[in-house]
Parts: sequence; C-alpha cells; structure tokens
Amino acid sequence: MTDQATFDPNAARLRCRQHRRRILDISQTVSALHIAPAFSCLEVVDTIYYGLMRRGRGPDADDTFIISKGHGSLAQYAVLESLGVISKEDFDLYGKPGGRFATHPDYGLPGIEASTGSLGHGLSMGVGMAAADKVRGADRVVYVVMSDGEFQEGSVWEAMMLAPTLKITRLVGVLDLNDFQSLGQTSIVHPNFYPVLDKVRAFGWETVQVDGHDPAAIQTAIANRSGTKPFMLIARTTKGKGISYMENVPVWHYRSPSPEEYQAALKELDAAAP
Amino acid sequence: MRNTFANTFYEIAKADPRLFLVVADISPVASAAAFQTEFPERFINVGVAEQVMVGVAAGLALRGCIPFAYTISTFTIYRPFEMVRVDCCYQNLPVKLVGIGGGVTYSTLGGTHHTQEDIALMSALPNMNIIAPCDPAETTAATRACIDLPGPVYLRLGKAGEPDLTAEAPDPFTFGKVRRLKEGTDLCLLSYGPITKMAVDIAARLEKEKGMSVAVVAVHTLKPLDRDGLSAIMGKFPAVAVIEEHSCIGGLGAQLKQLAWDVRPDCTIKTFSLKDEFIHFYGNQRELWTAHGLDESIIYNELAKS
Repeated sequence: MTDQATFDPNAARLRCRQHRRRILDISQTVSALHIAPAFSCLEVVDTIYYGLMRRGRGPDADDTFIISKGHGSLAQYAVLESLGVISKEDFDLYGKPGGRFATHPDYGLPGIEASTGSLGHGLSMGVGMAAADKVRGADRVVYVVMSDGEFQEGSVWEAMMLAPTLKITRLVGVLDLNDFQSLGQTSIVHPNFYPVLDKVRAFGWETVQVDGHDPAAIQTAIANRSGTKPFMLIARTTKGKGISYMENVPVWHYRSPSPEEYQAALKELDAAAP
Repeated sequence: MRNTFANTFYEIAKADPRLFLVVADISPVASAAAFQTEFPERFINVGVAEQVMVGVAAGLALRGCIPFAYTISTFTIYRPFEMVRVDCCYQNLPVKLVGIGGGVTYSTLGGTHHTQEDIALMSALPNMNIIAPCDPAETTAATRACIDLPGPVYLRLGKAGEPDLTAEAPDPFTFGKVRRLKEGTDLCLLSYGPITKMAVDIAARLEKEKGMSVAVVAVHTLKPLDRDGLSAIMGKFPAVAVIEEHSCIGGLGAQLKQLAWDVRPDCTIKTFSLKDEFIHFYGNQRELWTAHGLDESIIYNELAKS
C-alpha cells in the first residue's frame, strides 16, 4: 500500500540509482537492450509506483499502470522487482531462453496489465479501463506512460480526444518528453510537435510540465491535479539520463554497453550518490 | 441481420451489465437506440476513430467487460488492424468485433467499403474466432455464442432483408460445428453468410431440374474451422462445392482444399469465390457477385455437370 503523504523524494533518488545499476547489470547479459529509453522515464515510473499508486487493495481495486512506450519496460521491471512483484530470477532471465520478461511487456505476467510494444496502444486501453471503472463507480486511477515519439501516432490523439468526451477523470497520462526518437531529435523531425502541452490542453486535458527526473515535482504535480479532467503530465526528461555518455546520444536507444563502458557507468553512478 | 443483431444484443445486455456497445459513428438501429437511451453509460460512440474504438474495447475487456465494437466491416477490422491483432488477439481478450456489410453488401459504395479478404485476414490471427451467420435466426444464435466465447470474435454480418434459411434445418446452430440446412446425397454445397441463399436456391433447382439430391451445409464458424465435420462431408459425398462471398485466397474454398490435402478424400471439390481483384463495377450486391462469376446460372450449369 502506498502512502502518498510519506513519499520521500530522497529515497526515490536512491532507489533510482539502484534501478539504473540493476539495468546496467542486466545489460551485460544480453547483446542489446533499450537502456536509454528506460533511464529517461525511470523517475516517472518509480514515483508513480512508490508515490502515487494505491496497491494491495485487491486485483479489482488497485490502481493500474501501463507503460505504453513498451520499449521502456526495463524501468518498470526494475521497479516491480524492487517491490517484490517480479522475482530476481525472472529479471535475471530477461530476454533469454526460458525467461518470461523481455523487451516489451506481456499482459498476464506479474505486474503487467497490458501488452505494449507497438506504440500508440496504451492510452486507448487506458481510456477503456477508466470508462469501465467510471460505470462501476470504482475508485481506481489508470496511469499511462508514453514517449514523445509515440505521440506521433494518430491513435494517441484519437484517445486524447475521446477521454474528456467520456468525462473520464481518473486517468493520468505521462509524456516522457526527452526530445529524441530513433532517427534523431523530435524537435527537428517534427518541429511543429511543439508546443505539445498547449495541444494536449486544447484537447480538454489538464496539463502540467515538470522536470521528469525530479521525483518530488512529479509526485506533487500528479497528486495535486484537480481530478475534474483527464490529466497529462509533460515530463521534461533526458534520454539516457544518469550516464553522461548515453545522454542524448541516439545509439543508446538500443545498445548494450561494453564491459569498459559498463564499468565507467558504475563509477558515474557511485560518484553521483545523493 | 443488422436489426436482429441489435435486438439480440439489447436483450442480453439488459440483463448483463458486462456488455458494452462501442461504435464509430455508425450504429445498428432498432434496439440499439433503446440500449443507448436506457444504458447511456454502456454505449460509447468514439466518433470516426476506429483505432480508439478497438483500443477502448480492449481496455473494457481488461476490466472484465464484454464489449461489442461495431461499424462497417472494413472499418471494424481493416482500419484498426493492428489493434485487432495486438490488443484483442495477442492479449486474447473477449472483444467482439462486429462488421456490418461483410463482403460486397455495400455494392455501390465501391471498393473502399468491400470486405473481400476479411476471412483470410482474421483466420490468420491466432486466438481469433470468426462467425458469419447466413440469416437472422443464425445471427441471433451467433450473437449469443459471442458472449460465451472467452476470446475475441469477428462477427461478419450482412445488412438487411436476408430471408430465413434455417427454420427447417435438421441441425441446430452450434459454434464451431458445420450445420446441415438440408440433407442430400449426390452433392454437398458449403456456404456462409447471406450468399447461402444462392446455395439453397441452386440446390432446389438441381433437385427439381436434374433430379439430383443436394445437401446444403452452413459453415457459419470460419475459425476454428470444423475440420472433423468438413472431413466427414468430403468422405461422404462424391462432390463438394463451396459458394462464398470472399476472395479465392484464404477463405473457405481455399481452406477446404488445404484440408483436403491432409484428408485425401475421393470427392471432387469446386469452389466459387470472388476473384482476387478489386471491383470497379457498380450495381446491386447480386450484380457485383455476377461480375466476379458468382452467378446462380453459371454455378448451376457448372454443378449440373457433376
């Protein structure tokens, strides 16, 4: 059970350092993985699980989390492991024969509430879940984390248009806005993507923009939403956050560090101890 | 069929709060209007936005609901194909995808509104179930079968005015089983959907004019295909023919021939399907069938030789 009032941002920073360490360890066991997209949304995912979601109330009452940018699943797996939802053995087998968890999360596995991986699916499913909850009067919040590249899918805008129409209020989207996609900077690929906050607001959503690596800011912005509209947090982030040579360098979208790069990354994490 | 579907859905949904109707700016008339009035919270019109129609239906299903996503069949499954594949089939959710106007029902709306290859596409998706009823009564039974199936269903419907073909059928509707509409010994006609009427008419003519004994079997469940039932038919009859409002690729005709290679029956097999061509021809539904060789006289003459 999460107690929103006792969320400790410093503890969150420590946890996120551990999550990055754990993901780096996993990186040494597979030939490639989406490491930078996971580091981009790590504070967001950790804060939602530890500082916002109400869990332990039962499978029909818990809040819901969907990582719609499925390639960022390492962030979710690390957090789920820290919560004891998935086992160390499961995470160790990431992407290996006999393992259950890999690049994109599969519905039905522990902690995984929707299959994602193809971009632009999570928000529609989140709207459907929230619609069911609304009809039943269930007090559940659905959290959906998306990427800025994903926001280019038309289905995201279909879902964004529909949610306020259905008067859905217990739906929290997070846009992991790191301004990078596979082939380059989002602001160059699609200059008119910005200002994105205004576009989301114009679709009838409540929106707030924060530093997406600041757990306190993330938690406060979401916890203090009005609750009268669907809510979208615009989380300004850095792709590859926390490891200097990965930050804003496109190749780290999908690559494993060499043993030397791995050691350098661990040193950086230690040096950055809060 | 459209009204029958709406009425059946309404009857079930009145008593079962798990049912939702999710439409994309196209609504079945009849009792759907009553459902919308009485249960507005379970009627969702997403607007002209089929991707979110299927995605929202999947989200409802993830919460234990049984959503029926409804629009013209091209828009039910082609436009949001990946949502059908991933959200519904990959997650194996009880989303019921209702396609009105299957085949070339919307004849004069042109190729953009024809589903000539829907059975092939949906058959290729793991976990998918496909039901294509031949008349209003079978539409009622198929709609009820949808509720009991734990996975996704593509319900392929015609539109309006389909005559009753099943009142005298020796077999009841059973999901996943072929259904005899009429007994016979010389030839067995297999069909599904509204074009089954043509099979019934051809059988009557062959019996009357040629003295043949012709069975007609409705293959309403296209997936999972009743391999045992079809194998038995191929083993029993000297001649089997398929009449279907679907492309020659991947429909019942093609799948029956595929099955025949495994079974090695002694029967002959003739298939009458739409061509692997778009239709740039206007007219009513029957005239479009004729343009692709699905003509009662042509098929009659062909079968009279057998």
